[in-house]
Amino acid sequence: MTVKKLTEPDALAKYRDSLVASSDDGKPCVLICGGTGCRAGGGLAVGDAFREVLEQRGLTEKVEVRMTGCHGFCEQGALVVLKPAGLLYVRVTPEDVEEIVATSIEGDGVVERLTYREPATKKRITRESDVPFYANQQRVVLADNGRVDPTNIDDYIAAGGYGSLAKALTQMQPDEIIDAIERSGLRGRGGGGFATGRKWRSARNATGQPKYVLCNGDEGDPGAFMDRSIMEGNPHSVLEGMVIGAYAIGADRGYIYVRMEYPLAIENLRIAIDQATQRGVLGENILGSDFSFNVKISRGAGAFVCGESTALMASIEGLTGEPRAKHIHTSEKGLFGKPTNLNNVETWANVPVIIDKGVEWYTSIGTENSKGTKVFSLVGAINNTGLVEVPMGITLREIIYDIGGGIPKGRPFKAVQTGGPSGGCLPENMLDLPVDFDQLTEVGSMMGSGGMIVMNDHTCMVEIARYFTDFLRRESCGKCTPCREGVLRMYEILDSITAGRGKMEDIDLLEEICGYVRDNSICGLGKTAANPTLSTLRFFRDEYIAHVKDHKCPAGVCQALTTFIIDEKTCKACGACLKACPVEAISGGAKKKPAKIDQDKCTTCGACREACLFDAIMT
Amino acid sequence: MDMIKTTIDGREIEVQRDRWALEVAREMGIEIPTLCHHSALEPYGACRLCVVEVTKGKWTWLTTSCDLPIREGLTIRTDTPAVIAARKTALELMLAQAPDAEEVRQLAEQLGTKSPRFPDRNESNACILCGLCVRVCKVVTGKMAICFSNRGTDRKVGPPFDRSSDECIGCNACVDICPTGCIESRDEAGIRKIPMLKTELKLADCEVCGKPFAPIRQLEHMQAKLREKFGDDFEAGCICPVCRREQTAARLHNVAEKIG
Amino acid sequence: MNLSKVDNIIQDYKGNPSSLVMILQDIQEELNYLPEPVLNHVAGKLSLSVGHVCSVATFYSSFSLEERGKNVIRVCDGTACHLRGANLLKDEIVRALNISEGQTTEDKLFTLEVVACLGACALAPVMTVNKKYYGQVTREKLLATLEKYRQKDSCVLSEPNDSKKTD
Repeated sequence: MTVKKLTEPDALAKYRDSLVASSDDGKPCVLICGGTGCRAGGGLAVGDAFREVLEQRGLTEKVEVRMTGCHGFCEQGALVVLKPAGLLYVRVTPEDVEEIVATSIEGDGVVERLTYREPATKKRITRESDVPFYANQQRVVLADNGRVDPTNIDDYIAAGGYGSLAKALTQMQPDEIIDAIERSGLRGRGGGGFATGRKWRSARNATGQPKYVLCNGDEGDPGAFMDRSIMEGNPHSVLEGMVIGAYAIGADRGYIYVRMEYPLAIENLRIAIDQATQRGVLGENILGSDFSFNVKISRGAGAFVCGESTALMASIEGLTGEPRAKHIHTSEKGLFGKPTNLNNVETWANVPVIIDKGVEWYTSIGTENSKGTKVFSLVGAINNTGLVEVPMGITLREIIYDIGGGIPKGRPFKAVQTGGPSGGCLPENMLDLPVDFDQLTEVGSMMGSGGMIVMNDHTCMVEIARYFTDFLRRESCGKCTPCREGVLRMYEILDSITAGRGKMEDIDLLEEICGYVRDNSICGLGKTAANPTLSTLRFFRDEYIAHVKDHKCPAGVCQALTTFIIDEKTCKACGACLKACPVEAISGGAKKKPAKIDQDKCTTCGACREACLFDAIMT
Repeated sequence: MDMIKTTIDGREIEVQRDRWALEVAREMGIEIPTLCHHSALEPYGACRLCVVEVTKGKWTWLTTSCDLPIREGLTIRTDTPAVIAARKTALELMLAQAPDAEEVRQLAEQLGTKSPRFPDRNESNACILCGLCVRVCKVVTGKMAICFSNRGTDRKVGPPFDRSSDECIGCNACVDICPTGCIESRDEAGIRKIPMLKTELKLADCEVCGKPFAPIRQLEHMQAKLREKFGDDFEAGCICPVCRREQTAARLHNVAEKIG
Repeated sequence: MNLSKVDNIIQDYKGNPSSLVMILQDIQEELNYLPEPVLNHVAGKLSLSVGHVCSVATFYSSFSLEERGKNVIRVCDGTACHLRGANLLKDEIVRALNISEGQTTEDKLFTLEVVACLGACALAPVMTVNKKYYGQVTREKLLATLEKYRQKDSCVLSEPNDSKKTD
């Protein structure tokens, strides 16, 4: 198929009008979540089943089937939304499709059993927009994620896509664009929270050609998948942001750096780049102007440190991902020694929105110093695992309870971790903290790229510090002494505490080394590596002391410091723990005889406790 | 030339913009310890011994001086308690990492670092991963006959894939630059041996005295480089430094007599 | 060793040395791992020092310099999976296959890798076998899955058919 290239800004508007005119709003459409989470849950097979069933019933022409990006409600995948009614079906399998088509497409009924049931009230909700998980969000960046087919640029254009680019090219001077981004208060969504407009301006003012514009899609934080979902689900929003940024900065080339663990994101970006180039909104003489911008994809190869700007650039250059000092900013000397501007995926996706809706609209969302929305991936001990977009300034409590639906099985909340391995763990008394860049930093955590991990009473905070420190120890590039040697020593101490070999003076040494690593490392990885440890020491010090002094892990996680016993009175002899035990240490548990743990065999792995339906297994 | 004012340890001086703070401070007679720095190489910033305290406006922070370009509005202190403490901890960590590094031990003693509170990471190891050898090899040979492998705490220095490298010319630059002396080289029976690199190279005999003096591969490398510069006819000759000095001295002597 | 495939890959990137990381990825995709002679060849073709290629190939964790099993099991140890028992899952695999992290079984059927985050947190604990995801993996599910791959590999080498729901 030859695609008509749009050679002037007006042509874009006309083309959009023609797309909108030829589409029928009332035409039924099946939107199937094609995000990685739902795919893993069988989403693709559901899509195939829809196509098959619709064809069997002669409905192919009458009903559109669209694989979209991630809808965000990953916990309930595979997700299906029916338009125009807006029905939401959850945990859909291919076997359900026939009934859905018969009931809700051919008829106007609802398949009750596939609707979402709210855990707390047990009420069934039929419409997507009524589900509290969605109703309490403010979707700006993710607005089109569940609507457009990421592999079809026309979907994006019909939804108004590339309109901001046309506006920027025709109605705004580069300085005006930078000015708008500055006044919008947009800050980097990748972790640091640096003012985007200021960054752009210094790249624009830097001398030297060519200039590069880069997108950081390395999202290495364990437990975070916001950027992946945007790249997969709405790649054109990222591209449009980059083209606008490149125009403002005066760059003619760029890279999107994506971790190779995200094959679908790479594929969808590749398709998007091809289609955008064919349409004339990327590449040479964009929309007929004399501005050209070409972008390539660079794949990461498994190194968390490559999320750091200078390491990322080294990696694109084909080197090891070693950071360097940033006394000379990358806006002056970045990729291949040239002026470079790097922003994260979500930051880029915000740009078209700001240009389109205006600074006033954008700044009406958020807090004084953190404007707009933020996407979080809400995971861990939470009922509604998924992707949420909320206005800055919302409290942790609102995110966790109103949107996230609270902690499963009614267990108590213990902590929430933000900012991944660079962030910290915040306790219950901070749940009313408004979430923004400065508030989180002030309490020793950070916004990070947006991972939000909820922990219940079965999480040991010392072990969590050990876990993150172990991650960082493996991911440190090894260049500088503080990070390579210091993080190793932090890990050794944390490991010895969780193994029951800790001494009280170790805690002091740990704190001392944490401070040294924070103040002396080259890059952000090292500078923030102590955050998980320091924040748990600050808010959960009693747990450290319990490990060292009492030789007990209060959460029952650290195997050397835990003994599990089964409460005979609570045990219902259901046998669930027997099945779960990997070492056959549990006997009884049947015929009304309570289960019993053979302590000699037990490795205190905790599998039985998680399997127990009656909370009968205690430490 | 862009000259700017800066203050180091309370002394204001005028320096060229973007000069490295470490070099400027040393020229002022201020002692700053380093282990990964060499004036002939680009700054690297790995050992973190050269930390100084920098103030700009309301901000004060610790940073390495070797890779800090001096720019407007910086005030630098090289002797604050925070600086001393950071250097001590760096040395403590390095001592536990490389217990056999004599240079590190001496520096640690000078600064009053106690013996490390951490277990030794490797026995009989003196490498602190400063990377000087890797960087100097790149400059001298244009290659990486000695390179880093792995990352993080698994990082190590050695020949690529732990095998003797064709790219090693046996020039001993890595041996000479290593601050902790952990790369050993010896010439035995006409062979240069650098065990860490698994290098064994035949030495060329001096045309004059007949004694073996430099690896044939190194001479070939130099010859090629010189020919790049002076043309294909250039002949470097195969004369050891001692004989070359004698020849030069003799020539000078002749000239002096003629003028005499 | 078939180097023409390797040369084609290098050609795809126009022999650009700054594409080294991606070239190595594509070679590994093709050959299952990065054999040392191939890395030497790549260095020559790209006019890079072997030491440079060695540094890069050993720096990034997705590269393997040793031959891996027919089936690569990746256990996610992202935070969400960690909280939902990724360690238990890993220990189960270690017990079942008698290999530790990073190792390959003697029959070359399985390699076990532990990775940072596969980004399917809602399905924690997650593992992938080759490119297929397995969510909420329990001990029983794991043992059944391993058995399925064992049987599969005794006849043909392909993924067990894409079942309609996650296993």
